[in-house]
Amino acid sequence: MSLVLLTIVLALGWAAVTGSFTLPNLLLGALVSVACLFVVRQYVSRPHVLPRALRIAALAWLFIIELVVSALRVARLVLRPDLNAHIRPAIIAFPLSVTRDAEITLLANLITLTPGTLSVDVSEDRRFLYIHAIHVTDREAFIAEIAQGFEAKVRGACN
Amino acid sequence: MIAELARYLGALLVLAGALFSLIAAIGVLRLPDLYTRLHAASKAGAIGAGLILLAVAVVSFDGAVVLRALLGIVFLLLSTPVAAHLLARAAYRCGEAPTATTTVDDLK
Repeated sequence: MSLVLLTIVLALGWAAVTGSFTLPNLLLGALVSVACLFVVRQYVSRPHVLPRALRIAALAWLFIIELVVSALRVARLVLRPDLNAHIRPAIIAFPLSVTRDAEITLLANLITLTPGTLSVDVSEDRRFLYIHAIHVTDREAFIAEIAQGFEAKVRGACN
Repeated sequence: MIAELARYLGALLVLAGALFSLIAAIGVLRLPDLYTRLHAASKAGAIGAGLILLAVAVVSFDGAVVLRALLGIVFLLLSTPVAAHLLARAAYRCGEAPTATTTVDDLK
């Protein structure tokens, strides 16, 4: 079921990128999709694709909202005349509770595009994510906010 | 009527996108070090370019162009944070020190 759905989505993506929605082109797209899915078959044949898709959509929506808020905040910040009084940068080690590479990558990307935070590095043992924040007053509150917000959502979308 | 509305909406989106790109540039000029500058470049910059692509989608009235513009936005949002992260990481590993007002540095 999930593979059929993926094939359709990928074929539509193919038609979008090549810019032609004719039947032969859609069939060619489906053919290419099947070939690609065959190559990565061991990674995509997981059950429960639909509930996960919904959670991923929720995460994507949250991400867009956060990105807009983030851009507005950066805009307001850099237009202040007394800019340097309003920034207190810090690089903070965030203890990761997600463990898989895909989850860490997703979390790091979400953090980078949200207000005032930027992923700098992951420790060798993958236990800490180093985050640069543009204005930190309370370190514990900062860590708790990410753990309860994005990290919880990432775990929901990936499991 | 719809075409007229789409043109105005498109113009508005292009202006907003250009404004965010300008703000990103001002941020890069005014912020004190590489890490804080990346905040401006990655966020305001991504929104600016995204809005301009969205404007293309709104004014084109061509399904293929709309889908490609939307795909462009998706790829932009996927690649911008990776680029910012790699720049920050490479800079830190090369010994670029954060600005003196930085309060905590756990990476040291």
